[in-house]
Amino acid sequence: MESVLDVRSVSMNFGGLRALNDVTVVVRDGEIVSLIGPNGAGKTTFFNCVTSIYKPTEGEVYFTPRGSAPLRISGMKPNAVTALGMARTFQNIRLFQNMSVLENVMVARHCRTKAGIFGAVFRPGWVRREEAEIVEKSYALLKALGLHRWYNELAANLPYGQQRRLEIARALATEPRLLLLDEPAAGMNPQETAALKDLVLQIRDQFGLTILLIEHDMSMVMSISERIYVMEYGCLIAEGTPEAVSHDPRVIKAYLGEVEHA
Amino acid sequence: MVAREFFKSLGVSLWFMVLTFPLVAVRVNTIENTIQWRWANLAIVGVGAFVLSAVWRWALVRRETMLANAASGAGERSVRVWDSPVVTRTLGAALLVVFMGIPWLVSTYQTNILISFFLYVMLGIGLNIVVGVAGLLFLGYAAFYAIGAYAYALLNHYFGWGFWTVLPMGGVLAAVAGVLLAFPVLRLRGDYLAIVTLGFGEIVRLVLENWSDLTGGPSGISNIDRPGFFGQEMTVAGTNIYIYYIVFVAVLVTFVVAERLKDSRVGRALQALREDEIACEAMGIDRVGVKLMAFGLGTAWAGFAGVIFAAKTTFINPASFTFFESAIILSIVVLGGMGSNWGVILGAAFLVLLPEYMRAFSEYRMILFAAAMVLMMVFRPQGMIPARSKQYRIVDRELELSGE
Ligand SMILES: Nc1ncnc2c1ncn2[C@@H]1O[C@H](COP(=O)(O)OP(=O)(O)OP(=O)(O)O)[C@@H](O)[C@H]1O
Ligand SMILES: [Mg+2]
Repeated sequence: MESVLDVRSVSMNFGGLRALNDVTVVVRDGEIVSLIGPNGAGKTTFFNCVTSIYKPTEGEVYFTPRGSAPLRISGMKPNAVTALGMARTFQNIRLFQNMSVLENVMVARHCRTKAGIFGAVFRPGWVRREEAEIVEKSYALLKALGLHRWYNELAANLPYGQQRRLEIARALATEPRLLLLDEPAAGMNPQETAALKDLVLQIRDQFGLTILLIEHDMSMVMSISERIYVMEYGCLIAEGTPEAVSHDPRVIKAYLGEVEHA
Repeated sequence: MVAREFFKSLGVSLWFMVLTFPLVAVRVNTIENTIQWRWANLAIVGVGAFVLSAVWRWALVRRETMLANAASGAGERSVRVWDSPVVTRTLGAALLVVFMGIPWLVSTYQTNILISFFLYVMLGIGLNIVVGVAGLLFLGYAAFYAIGAYAYALLNHYFGWGFWTVLPMGGVLAAVAGVLLAFPVLRLRGDYLAIVTLGFGEIVRLVLENWSDLTGGPSGISNIDRPGFFGQEMTVAGTNIYIYYIVFVAVLVTFVVAERLKDSRVGRALQALREDEIACEAMGIDRVGVKLMAFGLGTAWAGFAGVIFAAKTTFINPASFTFFESAIILSIVVLGGMGSNWGVILGAAFLVLLPEYMRAFSEYRMILFAAAMVLMMVFRPQGMIPARSKQYRIVDRELELSGE
């Protein structure tokens, strides 16, 4: 199957700290792949390298946009990467707090629309149509994620769990092929987590997505993922099906070791 | 609760009495070598301090309860008169009619005050795009006002170019200067950006002051042509009214453009930049492009306003474009409400019109000004008319049926 994301031997240094060490990850079309590991393992750093928020110290990242050949994206600007069809959510929620729920999603339509300053001021017909379409599509996404009754509220006023959902809605509005979710279930109760799991499966099928997921909730990870990568201290220590990974002695040691420290 | 506040105020009042005791209560009569005790003064200080402190505490408590109420009713946003289009439209139409007629009813002096009010509204709305909408703290805004004004003054002085030719050029020049300034400060935010833009403002002023061969130095440029009206000769009062209408239309244009920009694809990108730069980039917005746009869009209006200012006063010098000017414009934006254009109008009314009509208090102007700002920051930090995200109206049958 076609690979959507191909990360080749990526390393990332912060001064003396090696947050990622020779990490190689491949995600194929339509897969749900999880990335797990103890706190501080470098998972978020990996996402930041993939989305070009950081430029990796070494290694390369290739991404295959829909209907195109693989492209080297390491070194591109983050917005260019998003335009190619990659979107993400943030572990520490990064919504546009003082904008409405609907506007948060509308902002993400930016890279799929065209109106400029001239269009904004004179509002010719095509701009008005584009604007109406932005509103319509954004609202439809809110509806798909069950957020539509709050569409005029400030994002900051949403309950915590709904803010995480809004992050997903916003990411979907950029029409991604690959969706990166950074701990989407953090801070959610078991019911919310179960609902989130169903949602992830549903949007994968509905929008034809490939999903890379960072998550600490093992029940979710084990039941949803086709493959799992395990990270510790910036290195990959295991890769495979949930079944294989959960029996891997190094993985057990990494997790039990963490429990002993805690 | 009440008792505690009471005793705290009492404490404050006693403290003030002790502090000011040597100043207000004791007077040494050096001729007779006696001491006069002025207990009445002390009493006034005591009562005054008590009342002020009590009012202050009461206001603080009231604010706390209001914040608590707002937090508990999370989600539900209060309905404000300002948000109803009926209200803003009626108010807008009324203002329009009043301002259209005013110059025929009042003296030239009054018209002049209104012209300067309009210029500040224009400057405020322009700065609001950078500071309020895009969230870039910008302190040297008067520099762009100066660029517009000097563009007209110099082109008129050396080449005899007319007002209507230079008006668009002034805006374009200021926008270009804004974009050029934006390049080196792309990575800066908050305080750092404020300091660099402040420095830029001073540089422009110093250049104007010291490049005497070109700009006439501190003595400035005089005899700038007033705007022409199809080659007609006009009286001074007539030109004044003519300029009044020019600024008025300019303000209308600025207002409409700024409002339309805010609720557009570009405007949303600017707001996203203000809210979170990283998320903004991750959502596919070109951070650099949007920042340059914010500077250009914001500074162009200062350029236009500058040209009009030069044409109105027919004399300009660098003293009109000091840091104080930038500070006033920024205060208009902050006081009115960051990101809110109606707020800017109200802010300009407070900071420009009020001082003109309260000349009696002119000695205390700076004190009142400072007090107003402090009170504002404590009790209404979001400004007199806070900006609010656009409310969309979406017809959704299913949502209505679900009984929400
Ligand atoms: N911008 C940065 N500068 C310096 N060090 C950083 C930076 N970002 C991350 N680090 C360090 O890199 C390491 C990996 O951090 P990262 O946030 O990627 O971990 P994580 O696996 O996402 O952990 P968690 O499960 O807690 O989210 C940590 O030691 C962290 O302190
Ligand atoms: Mg993380």
